[in-house]
Amino acid sequence: MIAFSMILPSIILLGIFVYGFIVITAQTSMTDSTATQRLSRLPANFVGVQNYNDLFSGPLDTRFRIDIVNTVFFTGLFITVCLGLGMLLAVLLDQKIRNESLFRTIFLFPMALSFVVTGVVWKWLFNPSSGINYLPTVIGLPPAQFRWFISEERILEFNWQDLPTILAVIALSIAAMFTLWFAVKRRSRAAIYGFMLVMILSFLVFSGVTASLNALPNPETHGFNLALIAVVVAAGWQMSGYTMAMYLAGLRGVSEELREAARVDGASEIGVYRHVVFPLLAPITLSAIIILGHISLKIFDLVYVMGGGDNLRIDMPGLNMFFETFRGQNFGRGAAIAMVMLLLVAVVIVPYLVNSFRSEAKRS
Amino acid sequence: MTVTAAAQSTPPRRLTNRLWSRVLVYALLIFFAVLFLLPVYMVIMTSFKGTAEVNISTMWQLPQTFSIDAWRTAYERLAPGLSNSFLLVIPATVISAILGSLNGYVLSKWKFPGANIIFPLMLFGMFIPYQAILIPLVQFMSSIKLFNTLPGLILVHVVYGLPITTLIFRNYYAEVPNELLEAGSIDGAGFFGLYWKIVLPISLPGFVVVIIWQFTQIWNEFLFAVTVAQNTPMVTVALQNLSGSQIVQWNVQMAASFLAAIPTLIVYVLLGRYFIRGLLAGSVKG
Repeated sequence: MIAFSMILPSIILLGIFVYGFIVITAQTSMTDSTATQRLSRLPANFVGVQNYNDLFSGPLDTRFRIDIVNTVFFTGLFITVCLGLGMLLAVLLDQKIRNESLFRTIFLFPMALSFVVTGVVWKWLFNPSSGINYLPTVIGLPPAQFRWFISEERILEFNWQDLPTILAVIALSIAAMFTLWFAVKRRSRAAIYGFMLVMILSFLVFSGVTASLNALPNPETHGFNLALIAVVVAAGWQMSGYTMAMYLAGLRGVSEELREAARVDGASEIGVYRHVVFPLLAPITLSAIIILGHISLKIFDLVYVMGGGDNLRIDMPGLNMFFETFRGQNFGRGAAIAMVMLLLVAVVIVPYLVNSFRSEAKRS
Repeated sequence: MTVTAAAQSTPPRRLTNRLWSRVLVYALLIFFAVLFLLPVYMVIMTSFKGTAEVNISTMWQLPQTFSIDAWRTAYERLAPGLSNSFLLVIPATVISAILGSLNGYVLSKWKFPGANIIFPLMLFGMFIPYQAILIPLVQFMSSIKLFNTLPGLILVHVVYGLPITTLIFRNYYAEVPNELLEAGSIDGAGFFGLYWKIVLPISLPGFVVVIIWQFTQIWNEFLFAVTVAQNTPMVTVALQNLSGSQIVQWNVQMAASFLAAIPTLIVYVLLGRYFIRGLLAGSVKG
């Protein structure tokens, strides 16, 4: 009883500050609450899902859709860079290196910095008319021309109105792949379900149902803004050490006897990694993807410093929410953006937490 | 037969292969180390240049004349932020570490119904995008007259630091054998007695991890600082203000970045081992 009463204040505080506040934000997101309304102390009008509708298909809310597309491309690239570089550095450091701790310190020190510091420093380095573009001139080469975070280039362009169809086609190809795989593995029931899903999705795509789902009146082009590469480089510089540390901890957990056994069986040094070490690191990769993914979905400071809210090429939902709420005073709209962010993060984090604690409960 | 033949012919080739792979490993490590340190070189070099020398064509060259003007200006601009941040980070870190220790002790050693549900629910609080609580938070802080004050920001950091500090201490105390506590409870020690006499004396490493982690996080934090305490700017906000205004020279910006990073860098270099532990604890199972 005393034990419970000692933890009770923390539970109550978090209950209010996390869950209570989320409920209030959810309520606000369904109203047209603004500064005028709050100052006049009138209750805000309930508008249902109007704010959400506007964000995804309101002709004037292009910015939010840019943010979502930016987030998707940024997250994919950022996770790839961190996992690849982190794994490479960890494997290199695992080779019984002299001065290992010195190298580890160098690769991990950016983690101790603020995203604000990282942003300021890389803004200087990415200055298109100086910075790393002029690094080649040190050895007599012509300067590079890429304009980094103010680049206007965009690839993989698509029309927002086509998004339902694009998503359906992606889902269709994934389902088809799995169906084929199940069929090859002779898991007939799974294959039949997969086949049905493929049929339904193809029907939706080819009958034009998905194409009719676009609610946006006019075509709107989105795509992968190459300016995001600058943010990926800065964020990757800061966070790769984190994946390196995770992998290194995992590598240290692979016993020398296990590796020796594989070598005795005739595995080459690369074979030991491929067949013994990497499979054991798979759970770490999953954790890293989830942690990095949720960081990139909420990223704010770095793009605030590098973009300042004006550079839509590298804009993110977190930044949009901040300006909508605290500069534009549109609380309803800001709350709706925040709820979308929360939903995206929850989709990643909740299964992870549930899974962590289910396996922990099993162990004990 | 074939096996022995292969074994006889391989040693010299193996040796050169091994040598080459060692060279490759070190070459790659040094290459990446240089890459990671390139921004640091740039920051330090630019910060010691005079204003006239900060020129795009000579960006990568060493300063011709050694000037500390940029550092002086940066310090003047950043000093209020630095002191505000210290006033924030010390109490916030200490309070959240103490609460985390108590919570971790309860959750690891005292079973009560619902603990398996309450703890993950608490943990969820450290993953949420804080934008999702920002609007009610600002309202709430104004209603209790703590908006735009240092105590207000301390409260915010203590509350949202609870999940991670609780998690680190819970995992730390889970390693403490229960027999140790059982022996103590036979001697008649209660909840606080056990905590005070047995748990707390062996908690030092746990406290080091938590304090370093919270210190770094709170020092580097920006979103709460820029919304809940605009009038008492923290170091990150001061740095952003300085960098956001177009008139401030790059040498000043670089010196200011370095100044803002010094406290956490010192902690990291001296106690890196504990920093990594906090880092890995963040991935829940650690």
